[in-house]
Amino acid sequence: MEDYVVEMRHITKQFGSYKANNDISLQLRKGEILALLGENGAGKSTLMGMLSGLLEPTDGEILINGKVVKMENPRDAKKLGIGMVHQHFMLIPAFSVLENIILGDEPTKATRIDYKKAASDIEKLAKKYHLDIDVNAKVRDITVGMQQRVEIMKALYRKANVFIFDEPTAALTPQEIEQLIKILRALAEEGNSVIFITHKLKEIKEVADRCVVIRMGKVIETVQVAETKEEVLAEMMVGRKVNFAVEKKETDKSKTILSVNGLNVEAHGLLKVKDLDLNVHSGEIVGVAGVDGNGQSELIEAITGLRKIKKGSIELKGKPLQNLSARRISEAGVGCIPEDRQNVGLILPFTIAENLVLKSYYKKPASRHGLLNYKKINELGKQLIKSFDIRSQSEKELAGDLSGGNQQKVIVAREISASPDLLIAANPTRGVDIGAIEYIHEKIIEQRNTGRGVLLISFELDEILKLSDRIVVMHEGQIVGEIDPRHTSSEELGLMMAGKTPIGQEG
Amino acid sequence: MNTKSLKGLAIPLVSVLAGFIVGAILMLIFGYDPIQNYQNLLVGSLGGVYSIGETLRNMISLILTALGFAVASKAGFFNIGGPGQYLIGWFGAIVFTLKFSHLPAIILIIGALLCGALAGGLWSMIAGILRAYFGTSEVITTIMLNYIILYIVNFAVKGWLASKGSDSSPNITSKANLNTPFLQHITDNSTFNWGFFIALAVVALVWFYFNKTKSGFEIQAVGLNESASQYAGVNVKRTIIIAMLISGLLAGLGGAIDGLGNFENISVSNNLPNVGFNGMAVALLAAENPIGIVFAALLFSALQIGGLSISVYSNTPSEIVDIVIASIIFFVGIKYAFELMAKKGWFNRKNKVEKGGAEK
Repeated sequence: MEDYVVEMRHITKQFGSYKANNDISLQLRKGEILALLGENGAGKSTLMGMLSGLLEPTDGEILINGKVVKMENPRDAKKLGIGMVHQHFMLIPAFSVLENIILGDEPTKATRIDYKKAASDIEKLAKKYHLDIDVNAKVRDITVGMQQRVEIMKALYRKANVFIFDEPTAALTPQEIEQLIKILRALAEEGNSVIFITHKLKEIKEVADRCVVIRMGKVIETVQVAETKEEVLAEMMVGRKVNFAVEKKETDKSKTILSVNGLNVEAHGLLKVKDLDLNVHSGEIVGVAGVDGNGQSELIEAITGLRKIKKGSIELKGKPLQNLSARRISEAGVGCIPEDRQNVGLILPFTIAENLVLKSYYKKPASRHGLLNYKKINELGKQLIKSFDIRSQSEKELAGDLSGGNQQKVIVAREISASPDLLIAANPTRGVDIGAIEYIHEKIIEQRNTGRGVLLISFELDEILKLSDRIVVMHEGQIVGEIDPRHTSSEELGLMMAGKTPIGQEG
Repeated sequence: MNTKSLKGLAIPLVSVLAGFIVGAILMLIFGYDPIQNYQNLLVGSLGGVYSIGETLRNMISLILTALGFAVASKAGFFNIGGPGQYLIGWFGAIVFTLKFSHLPAIILIIGALLCGALAGGLWSMIAGILRAYFGTSEVITTIMLNYIILYIVNFAVKGWLASKGSDSSPNITSKANLNTPFLQHITDNSTFNWGFFIALAVVALVWFYFNKTKSGFEIQAVGLNESASQYAGVNVKRTIIIAMLISGLLAGLGGAIDGLGNFENISVSNNLPNVGFNGMAVALLAAENPIGIVFAALLFSALQIGGLSISVYSNTPSEIVDIVIASIIFFVGIKYAFELMAKKGWFNRKNKVEKGGAEK
């Protein structure tokens, strides 16, 4: 019988009457990269929560190196060599990289922290695994990619040999993803094992040996990645045929919806948007590609009225928008699916219905004479839940209890149902499952097809390439190039985003 | 829904019980009889028409200061300014009554209550404005404002309202008194007054405000998620200021009612009125629920009023009641420990496994 590094046998996890995991078994070999594929809410996180000691299984057993173990908290898991790299990094911004890595496991010499030893240990590990990190930098100053490498180093430093990555590529540029894949391979070559949670098929094809597909809490199949096509994986995950292609109608692009001229925006004393010009026409999706932190957020905040602009003008159908209040701008016809759905897009402890009227609660029919009409609000909620296929128990369910994809659908429903002339969509499908991605893409294209303007900001290049009629690349607060998505590749785009090549083809 | 509200009740009830147990243990250690003392407490607070009247009267300002704290808290602010707002409300009501004593009773009373409430509201609004426009921590500013108003009121009472050599203002005209002969008659000459019904009406109003009005919706939205509110177009600055205004308005009303119904004048004082702080404890025990505040206020009021008779009927020091109150607050504060115990199934031995993620 083969000895596995990790073996989970007939794991069931029950929350009340709901089975999040139902009789799941999986094995992880030494030196293997195993992908865990499933939609949001399929039970991946629950399963890994049990492996990392956050949750205890209701039934079944976990074996590490052939021995049955019981993990009551994350510390137990760490002791057994299991390291988790979370989707949301758990770092302290004001601390240096070194301090973050050793936090909680500081080597001491005569009761004082031995920074020298720590630094040399870390350097050795960094060399071995090609982890490019600057131990002296403060975490708040480093890129998302490096933050992730710091997280990996944290696990390595604690002598982990099983690495769980929870959606590691969600916020990375193509170049950073490549680097991460190299690191994953190095980890495996050195005899470590990797579990890689994702719903991106391309990455699975590229890096994983085997893939476990989970749907509704059950293992659908475990496949050899090399022998399985992407389409087949997608079907297994979603449980039906997936429509990858999008249908774009010819549209009349003669009218200018949004016109931004010479825009300058400051944030924290830095000029984040510099002399930016941008137009969005009717019936057009303009994709803004760029590495996180190059002024995209500030651009959106300026257009939607959340941030004062320093110089320049923003016009919607010829009417000036600059420095109006957020509410006036939204009433003028700008809708926005914000980047951060949980902290900005929704109020999680509010009900779905309340969230659906978050931008219209103050006017008829949601309220009259300063009083809210909950009957109308809930009715409206019911309608939108139905027409936007938001999977929920009722309109009175709290938004925080929904899965990521359905939370996003609530936002999409709210923004689109207001029929805006301009729809801004910032990472509209980040961390959302394939079924919801398909749906949200459809809705965005529907907006375009009905003659509205869409400004799409996304770190997912595939998304930008797929949806956009025109792509502009943003780098250090400026538009550094404009390309036609039909004549470019994600590699070329990636280079432009990094500011490496001058302007490509003019669109 | 039912299980949810039951669960919400469990924490305060367990805390209260634990508080009483701590008090009993202490009494045993020091050789007092807990059963006898708790009996005296009960009789002293609810054992007769007079004591019930006193207990209910004492509830008024607890309810109003607690509501005030709760409103600010819903907007995400920790308003420690209750004592100061209560004090300025008391002062405002007395000043109005003294200066406009020629007005007919009903107008005089309404005017005095409004004047007190408004004074509390405006005073608290200062902290709101500082918070909204400069990001100043309301915890600090409200504490400071407490002391500022304490000395301003002392100064004004001594130098303006009181006659030479006195530390107190003259008494208000009897027509402005909320403690009418009729109420005195039916409650055996207690200090019970019409303010109690005003307080209950305000409870209903606050409940309505949070559950039905646009403005209440905005306050809760800002309290739960400021960036989402801003994104949704809520005027966050204005909402913060309104929340602090209402918060102070309620505490000020509490002071005004006590001024007209209980004290009938205002004196120089070395300390901030305790009720402002007790109101915070009431709000915390009630988890800031307006209806819950009524019951929490009843409990605290009964403890305070009944506590007086502990030392009357035995040689037990009445401070034991303060220990019970403090313990209750302490146990409410460590409710997370209880929640953990509940999660681990300590409270329900039999049906352990069936819990877990069922809570919503």
